[in-house]
Amino acid sequence: MASVELKDVRKSYGSTEAVKGVSIAIPDKELCVLVGPSGCGKSTLLRMIAGLEEITAGEVRFDGQVVNAIGPTERDIAMVFQNYALYPHMNVFDNMAYGLRNRGTPKDEIKRRVDEAAKRLELSHLLDRTPRQLSGGQRQRVAMGRAIVREPKVFLFDEPLSNLDAKLRGQMRVEIKSLQRALGVTSVYVTHDQLEAMTLADILVVMNGGLVEQAGRPLDIYEKPASTFVASFIGAPPMNLLKLSDLSVTAPAGAETLGFRPEDAVIASATSGLRLEARIEAVEPVGAESFLHGTTPGGRVILRAPGRSQVEVGERVAVNVPADKLHFFDAQGKRVEGQGVSVQI
Amino acid sequence: MIGQSPIRTFIAHAVLILGVLVVAFPIYYVLVASTHSLQTILRPPLPLVPGDQGWANYSTALFGGVGRIGGVAVGTLLFNSTVVALGIAIGKIIISLLSAYAIVFFRFPGRMVFFWLIFITLMLPVEVRILPTYKVMVDLNLIDTYTGLILPLIASATATLLFRQFFMTIPGELVEAARVDGAGPWRFFRDILLPLSRTNIAALFVILFIYGWTQYLWPLLVTNRSDMNTIVIALRKMISFADADTQWHLVMVTCVLAILPPVLVVVLMQRWFVRGLVETEK
Repeated sequence: MASVELKDVRKSYGSTEAVKGVSIAIPDKELCVLVGPSGCGKSTLLRMIAGLEEITAGEVRFDGQVVNAIGPTERDIAMVFQNYALYPHMNVFDNMAYGLRNRGTPKDEIKRRVDEAAKRLELSHLLDRTPRQLSGGQRQRVAMGRAIVREPKVFLFDEPLSNLDAKLRGQMRVEIKSLQRALGVTSVYVTHDQLEAMTLADILVVMNGGLVEQAGRPLDIYEKPASTFVASFIGAPPMNLLKLSDLSVTAPAGAETLGFRPEDAVIASATSGLRLEARIEAVEPVGAESFLHGTTPGGRVILRAPGRSQVEVGERVAVNVPADKLHFFDAQGKRVEGQGVSVQI
Repeated sequence: MIGQSPIRTFIAHAVLILGVLVVAFPIYYVLVASTHSLQTILRPPLPLVPGDQGWANYSTALFGGVGRIGGVAVGTLLFNSTVVALGIAIGKIIISLLSAYAIVFFRFPGRMVFFWLIFITLMLPVEVRILPTYKVMVDLNLIDTYTGLILPLIASATATLLFRQFFMTIPGELVEAARVDGAGPWRFFRDILLPLSRTNIAALFVILFIYGWTQYLWPLLVTNRSDMNTIVIALRKMISFADADTQWHLVMVTCVLAILPPVLVVVLMQRWFVRGLVETEK
């Protein structure tokens, strides 16, 4: 158990900079999720925390102690890899025990820990199988077990669920969360799936182009995205972003782009807030809700309607967004505080 | 099967049987001849069924010593050949494994230079460097020793390249998982790389054992004493230009004995081959 702190961490490969100065502080026992599109540097950052990648500049601290020069073994971390990286020639027990054996843990202690982890992960009946004889979900559990038995300071997860099918992924997500809570081990989790990021994170770090776009509690980020990038990356479907110049809206000074979440739009005319007229071009019913794709003078929007929508394709509807649900961004895509109120005819 | 008609089947089988006969008959004949006395072999027609001299021939050859090769028993020759073939096969595998390991998993200055040097030696057959090698062996007093027979043949560019190709297919994540699990370079090699390479090692062992067993030129040069000959060299020495001078029954026995160990190695290791091919997964 440890707090993890990154201070202006950078990584360059020759002249290209993959991570351009990242500072994050993760308190003890919390789960930090790094999320971003591929190539944003999140995996590189994780590997630098693990000690698998050299740190070009900056500092990584565990419990206040700089670990830059320390190898992955001595950092006392455990990592779950995307492809699990189980040893194909060892059975499940040996896979989990290998790290402990290398550290000279006594035999009965190894057995106790592996049995305990296997019980927790429901792997007890599979201990003498080889990875080849396991399903994807079971392999994932073994990879988790290998991390747990070590009782490390920090857990690192590198897109551990991306090879599972959607249903299993949802199930494992809940399990990882409760496991991390129960064990109380500080964790860093990398994913490109915003839903995974939102649901798992104590601290969410949205990365783009080697930089942190925004860091904070997941719901804070959802409610107050710091930039158009975060606004469109977090949340599905993404936030609607419209050009202000095409709308007659009183907006805070400097604002160029207006945004609102699909679920904040109400299909009805109203007197306050934003009023738009949208021509519906497609309706996606997903059961509990429907997504309406439409065009407005400011650009394309997606609207969320509860239940089955009565709106037909081709219909023109009035869209209302309450004033406090509007977001504004400047020309650089940065958030502008303040509320705009207007009526568009 | 495509276009299966009785005539086609007949032709296909006829061709196959003919092929087997052509290949197998000489070997069968060697077996038959090794059980006859010298007189029977020399007097035409040659018998096609085994004779009654088998026991006598084999015990003479194995333990009695054969005149033309300095009175050395074939048993000694078999022992020499086995030592040389095993030494070459095991030595080559160990050296290739280690050098491939260094080239694939370590970053050191001159890595690619070494790789290309190894690669280039592929193009040089033993014969090209045989004189300097011989000189070195003489200077080191290694003539007529097992070391002298084995050492110059022990480095293998082919095996190094094969292991290199195999090591490069091992996912980086596996290497990193081992690092996180606290396995240093030596532990990683012993606990992960070696077990994963075992089918490759088995396949190479068969090929290299036979390579070592059938070596001719180098053992011919580096051995002077009759009791240091390998069986292949001795076999050649047993045959004289004058027919009457050659003890054909013992030559045939030596032939059979020279074939047996490689055949045994192939037969015994075949299971490993097949298992290795079926079970490939990383």
